[in-house]
Amino acid sequence: MVSPSTALLDLRGVRKTFRTPERHERTVLEGVDFRLEEGEIVALLGKSGSGKSTLLRIMAGLIPANGGEVLYRGARMTGPARGIAMVFQSFALFPWLTVQENVELGLEAARIPRAEREERAAEVIELIGLGGYEGAYPKELSGGMRQRVGFARALVMRPDILLLDEPFSALDVLTSETLREDLIDLWEESKIPTKGILLVSHNIEEAVSIADRVLVFSSDPGRVRAEIRVGLARPRDVESPAFRQIVDEVYTLMTANVRGGAGGAADQLTLGYRLPDTTPGKMAGLLETIAEPPFSGRADLPQLAEETELEDDALFHLFEGLRVLGLARIAAGDIFLTHAGRAFVEAEDAGRKEMFAEALLRGIPLAAHIKRVLDERKDHRAPEDRFLQELQDYLTDHEAERVLETAITWGRYAEIYDYDYNSGVLMLPEEVVEELEAEDQAEAE
Amino acid sequence: MRWSLPKVAVSTELKPNSWDLALIPVVFALLALLAYGAGQMVTPYDVGAPLPLSLDPVNLPYYLLRSALRMAAALMASLVFTLAFAIAAAKVPALEKVLIPILDILQSIPILGFLSITVAGFIALFPGNLLGVECAAIFAIFTSQAWNMAFSLYSSLKTVPNDLIEASNVFHLSSWQRFWRLELPWGVPGLVWNMMISVSGGWFFVVASEAITVSGQTIMLPGVGSYIALAIAARDLAAIGWAILAVLGGIVVYDQLVFRPLVAWTAKYKTDSALGEQQPESWVLTMLQRGRLFRALARLPGAAWAGFTGLLRRREARSDFLPPPARRLILPAWAERAWDALLLAAALAAVVQVALFVHASVGLGEIWQVLLYGLATSVRVVVLIALASLVWVPVGVWIGQRPMVAQNVQWIAQFLAAFPANLMFPVAVMLIVRFDLNVDVWTSPLMILGTQWYILFNVIGGASAIPRDMKDASDNLGLTGWMRWRRFILPAIFPSYVTGAFNAAGGSWNAAIVSELVSWGDTTLRATGLGSYIAKATGEGDFPRIALGIAVMCLFVMGFNRYLWRPLHTLAAERLRLD
Repeated sequence: MVSPSTALLDLRGVRKTFRTPERHERTVLEGVDFRLEEGEIVALLGKSGSGKSTLLRIMAGLIPANGGEVLYRGARMTGPARGIAMVFQSFALFPWLTVQENVELGLEAARIPRAEREERAAEVIELIGLGGYEGAYPKELSGGMRQRVGFARALVMRPDILLLDEPFSALDVLTSETLREDLIDLWEESKIPTKGILLVSHNIEEAVSIADRVLVFSSDPGRVRAEIRVGLARPRDVESPAFRQIVDEVYTLMTANVRGGAGGAADQLTLGYRLPDTTPGKMAGLLETIAEPPFSGRADLPQLAEETELEDDALFHLFEGLRVLGLARIAAGDIFLTHAGRAFVEAEDAGRKEMFAEALLRGIPLAAHIKRVLDERKDHRAPEDRFLQELQDYLTDHEAERVLETAITWGRYAEIYDYDYNSGVLMLPEEVVEELEAEDQAEAE
Repeated sequence: MRWSLPKVAVSTELKPNSWDLALIPVVFALLALLAYGAGQMVTPYDVGAPLPLSLDPVNLPYYLLRSALRMAAALMASLVFTLAFAIAAAKVPALEKVLIPILDILQSIPILGFLSITVAGFIALFPGNLLGVECAAIFAIFTSQAWNMAFSLYSSLKTVPNDLIEASNVFHLSSWQRFWRLELPWGVPGLVWNMMISVSGGWFFVVASEAITVSGQTIMLPGVGSYIALAIAARDLAAIGWAILAVLGGIVVYDQLVFRPLVAWTAKYKTDSALGEQQPESWVLTMLQRGRLFRALARLPGAAWAGFTGLLRRREARSDFLPPPARRLILPAWAERAWDALLLAAALAAVVQVALFVHASVGLGEIWQVLLYGLATSVRVVVLIALASLVWVPVGVWIGQRPMVAQNVQWIAQFLAAFPANLMFPVAVMLIVRFDLNVDVWTSPLMILGTQWYILFNVIGGASAIPRDMKDASDNLGLTGWMRWRRFILPAIFPSYVTGAFNAAGGSWNAAIVSELVSWGDTTLRATGLGSYIAKATGEGDFPRIALGIAVMCLFVMGFNRYLWRPLHTLAAERLRLD
């Protein structure tokens, strides 16, 4: 029975775990509650790797949840549903099929007779602005046109629900804006039968400009942390104060430190802490930008995003890096330099490295652990596999490699350890080893 | 509204245009030839009865047709095998565990060695008919073509991008549809490329497999290979010359009529063509695609294909949800364990069986002897690859840096690689006898005669792919002489060189069987080595020794692959990629 109160999608306490190669369980999603009501567009915002794409795939019925309930129009979901279509970040078009054939693919699988297939495809192709390109192969099209094919392929199924997995993030700014506006027009004018849209994104402005509700997703484990209603009429003016205020609010929520509720000192991290995907060079650059006018030590986040022209996702990784190293602090949608951060900016190159090393050893358990192991070993060398295996207790293979790579990059900058690519061995820097040996000799004498 | 005459029922599409006119006679001629040649394959025959063969060059086109048909039949068989193998290995992990190692071993088995083992079986299969012998020859060619094709499709099936799989699930494709619409097309470019390599190597085996020795008798199938064997026996140099021309003709025909069109056609299966990469073109494909009649005719197979691939659809489910089809067939745990036990037992039994068989008829001393032969042959292979590299790497680099030259020369090099080098052996025998040279040393170059071109064309490819910027940078920094080679050119071409040298070495092992024991008329030269050991055993029909020789060669080849080529490939892939 479909009662009026039934949501299009209803997720209750959804949990998803993956097994690491060492047979440890890693929780990607925990206790996710979510409803998609008829007639609304919801955006799901989160950092890369927060599990939002996994959640989207659970909603699409592509992967099963480990716990909780997933209901589509009140029915328990057991596989890809007829009424749910998806648009992919990478477009996922079949390169050997023409635009027309790509669009007809789902209809063909659904045994729709040829004549009707062609008619429906032609209709959607016209609607989405692909007219004239029916016979083209995807590789002949620009990125924007390719994603239009992705949308056409989904819309031709006349879906109830449209799931969008960062559909605009592979496109340039101008193209993605046009495509976004076209989608909103189709939706507003009810030219498509779709009753609800879910957009996964890591671009805050994009989310606020499209959605009726924005959900902020937190990572480790992923869950919905906050919700903001965007009560603005469409089309939305991105320059209006009301719009800017909501964007500001979302930035604040996205950067709020959830772990250590007490604030103040950096929270205690574990060995398996997922180091943010950024580099010391970028962090130093951002610190300088914050220190200089117009910010002079304190920056409004959306403004900083505009100034640096960095993607939201890259920016959040930078913020996270600065935060765990104690070089900057975030509060109420602003980022401040800490004392350490200010000292870092003012120091020369060598001084910076020293400060960075100190912060690294204090703040990042993995870096401290690597240093300790290398100190204790007689030859001051250790194979990377040793550390990878330890990380795999907490992380997937791929993620463990990324984290170790990041730790190596940071440690190299700080000159606390070095790495040989050919042999895959971590070691103390040569100068340090020489110093240690000299000390040993002195002691022996 | 005005009345108009009813339209003529024949659509304008069916009216031939000029492209059609050019192509129609070609197509009919081809069909007639194929039918005639195929008919000749199924004539009655008794072992021992000599097949009429003559050295008159007038017969050569007919012989070429027969050889080309064998090649085509082998290619078809390889395709069927490839499909079955790749699907089984990619979809059923329990089978994958067995099939992949087996393929690895099959790849390193010297094909020419076990020709005589299989031929008896095929003759028994079609008693009193030539088809048995034909099958044996086709099987030999098949074994030279199938393995790399199967491996290519298997690895393609394993690397279908995840988002395309997800898309096919979201749009409810059945596993049948997914295979024909997504997984197979994904593997097509790699498969066609490997088919081309296979056929290129296949000419060598066509020449070597048409004259088959069974229980002391030599059966000569009508074909270019037999013609050559006959010419060698008769010391007819002019006939050899004609044969070379015929084979060249065969290579050109295959290239122009089969592979150019295929490669040009597969361009659409590639996800993205790299910038500046030359789009492959083919006049045959252009004609087919522009001819009005052919375009219309192409609809028929096109529609049949669409029907076939859409055949097995998802069952209409009652609910709104269609669980996606499984990607792989996973057995229950107990079955998996039982399967493992069975495999282990079978492997043990096989080892014991082979050991007993070889030991009973050969003896331990000879096994050591054969291992030493293997060492001798591997020294030859290593030295020759090194020498060939010294010659062809500089030449290849020189050519590769001149795009205009490279375009023409690379095609010639590929052509030379396809050319069966065994055609040139008689010349070598004459020279060695004439100047009274050391047989052990001077027959060795024959091994690499046909395979050195792999080094050349891969190095040309690598050198022409060096980015312009890097060249400019090295000039700008003033890199010259040995320094330039060591720091810039050698690392830059290393990955392509490794591929070329690996192929060349693999081919050389196989060539050892025909090149360490060569003859011209009644002069026979025999070098000391594993190749001549196998060749001699084959000539005498001595199965235990053939088996021993093959096993040892297999061992050597696999050892080289594991301890030399694989580490080099890894090194090339990880450190020296140009991207």
